[in-house]
Amino acid sequence: MSISRRLLLGAGAASAVVPWVKPARAAGGVVRIGVLNDQSGPYRDVSGVNSVVCVKQAVQDFGAASKGLAVEVLAADHQNKPDVGAGIARQWFDRDGVDMIIDVPTSSVGLAVASVCREKNRAYINVGAGTAELTGKQCAPTTIHWAYDTWMLAHSTGGALVKAGGDTWYFLTADYVFGHDLERQTSGFVNDAGGKVLGHSTYPFPSTSDFSSFLLQAQATGAKVLGLANAGADTVNSIKQAHEFGLTGKMRIAALLMFITDVHALGLDTAQGLVLTESFYWDMNEKTRAFAARIKDKTPNNMPNMVQAGCYAGTIHYLKAVADMGVAAAKADGAASVARMKAMPTEDDAFGTCHIREDGRVLVPAYLFEVKKPSESKGAWDYYKLMVTTPGDQAFRPLKDGNCSLIHA
Amino acid sequence: MFSIFGVPGPLLFGQLLLGLINGGFYAMLSLGLAVIFGMLNIINFAHGAVFMMGAFVAWMLLNYLGVNYWFALILSPLIVAAFGVVLEKTIISRLYALDHLYGLLLTFGLALVIEGLFRNEYGSSGMPYQIPALLSGAVNLGFMFLPIYRGWVIVAAVVVCFATWLLIEKTKLGSLLRAATENPALVQAFGVNVPRLVTLTFAGGVALAAFAGVLAAPIYSVNPNMGSNFINTVFAVVVIGGMGSIFGAIVSGFGLGVIEGLTKVFYPQASDTVIFVVMVLVLLTRPAGLFGKAA
Repeated sequence: MSISRRLLLGAGAASAVVPWVKPARAAGGVVRIGVLNDQSGPYRDVSGVNSVVCVKQAVQDFGAASKGLAVEVLAADHQNKPDVGAGIARQWFDRDGVDMIIDVPTSSVGLAVASVCREKNRAYINVGAGTAELTGKQCAPTTIHWAYDTWMLAHSTGGALVKAGGDTWYFLTADYVFGHDLERQTSGFVNDAGGKVLGHSTYPFPSTSDFSSFLLQAQATGAKVLGLANAGADTVNSIKQAHEFGLTGKMRIAALLMFITDVHALGLDTAQGLVLTESFYWDMNEKTRAFAARIKDKTPNNMPNMVQAGCYAGTIHYLKAVADMGVAAAKADGAASVARMKAMPTEDDAFGTCHIREDGRVLVPAYLFEVKKPSESKGAWDYYKLMVTTPGDQAFRPLKDGNCSLIHA
Repeated sequence: MFSIFGVPGPLLFGQLLLGLINGGFYAMLSLGLAVIFGMLNIINFAHGAVFMMGAFVAWMLLNYLGVNYWFALILSPLIVAAFGVVLEKTIISRLYALDHLYGLLLTFGLALVIEGLFRNEYGSSGMPYQIPALLSGAVNLGFMFLPIYRGWVIVAAVVVCFATWLLIEKTKLGSLLRAATENPALVQAFGVNVPRLVTLTFAGGVALAAFAGVLAAPIYSVNPNMGSNFINTVFAVVVIGGMGSIFGAIVSGFGLGVIEGLTKVFYPQASDTVIFVVMVLVLLTRPAGLFGKAA
């Protein structure tokens, strides 16, 4: 039989599709960390490859090799789909011997993966998803939630704007769990402070890129503040178009979730004066600058934001717990390793020293920033002015209001 | 102030105008698709990627070479069309004799590859592209605040659509093209270089998408996914207008833009679904589309 070029190509393609079946070796010593996030969609830059880089950096900075720990880092793209995310998580646990999953932005996916981790008793450090449900009604003994949540954003950014006189609001909301959560929580703070919500537009996610129609509706209500209950490229497009339609002269924009990567995409000309909340900024102190410099060498286009820094800090803390309790014990019981993580304070270059509450909430401080004017910025990525710092124990929803089942138990 | 179904009149007018602007993009994109399908019988799923390339090339021209918006409006479609010629000559031309599905699969794959390459290089947040100074600012129309740039998009879209329609329906070149689609062998026998005509048609369709991409760059963030957000809607527009019908693509592009705009007022959650509802209704009653000829 003669082998044609076509046959050869076909065989090559087919062999690429055949899954790599690894011999089921005893997964004794190797600790496996799975970074599950958006690697190709709207949240790629706020989590994505940079989170993977941060996790690998953490393994290196922790000195895993010198402490005799063998650590392997896996990564996958959940495409912002809960079914895809849950499927990958199951496969990682059942076939690939993964011990801990980290990142998982997009709240709908974040919640789906949380229940898989609970069912399989594996450690879960969520960093990228916003929903406060992760440490509320849907909390689990296997879940830790790191860098931020919707309550903290609503409290910090929303609260600050109401205080500054923004007492009437209109919301532009992404139609999924994160957008609804953020809108509901911010509305709560606005109402409590005596303000009023005049209306909202809930738009299909992630297929909307033109927001002009909603912006006109917002303007027609005469509200003082436009609350953006969205994230990533949606936020960037909303702000860009609000400028185009002259809203910025009449309304204050509250970008309820905005990352430094979004500010970079907008440019300071458009982003200046925006008020936003992050729990990490590269230019806070010596340690954060040193950490950011180590990361930036590996991804030249991208400074780490709070999600990526959270992946770094979460990995360091997890490895600390594993080293403390022994690899075999950590691999056997995800809930036990999470309990160990809660029992000791976190300590890393990105967030400093913090502690983890019983419901899984990491109490990092929330920083309210204002975006600098182009004239104030001294160089690339010099974007934020610190306005207010809320200490970790006040930045998040009080334990008693979360209705987390772990607390009553 | 009067109101319609509880929505104030001025707001409704504003939404109609915005619908027309989005319709302008749909019309330009679906026009390119309709031309390529009508002449080449290729269902070009790479059209969204090409739209995105148009915007990116404009961004690159500005940031790497300092070429401004107005030159980019001409240069970017030409550069992307040249890329289209290479694609057509090397890969797409091999599929003309095969079933539609092969063209669809190939161009879908191409779109994923092109978008992936850009995403790898530029990330997903997008790049800022400023509105040119001449078109910045806005006018107060009384019922709404219209950014001058958006007004320019409608004008440009209408002119380009009309010019394309004229070219295909009313000129010698256009009649040759149409004849070549009907019976390529016969037209070739008259001494016309049909393969070259086909290549040029593909390049023309691609250039239309790239032109729309440059127009879109200052409105949307220039990011690798910007085309895929549009492409599904645009396909529905082409199907509703009638596959391959130039006139149908233009009319349904603008019309559906308006329908989508109104949905955003009354029930925003359905704004990405409404076009497909219309598509279902049209296909049930007129399977060839509003302006298509029954096969």
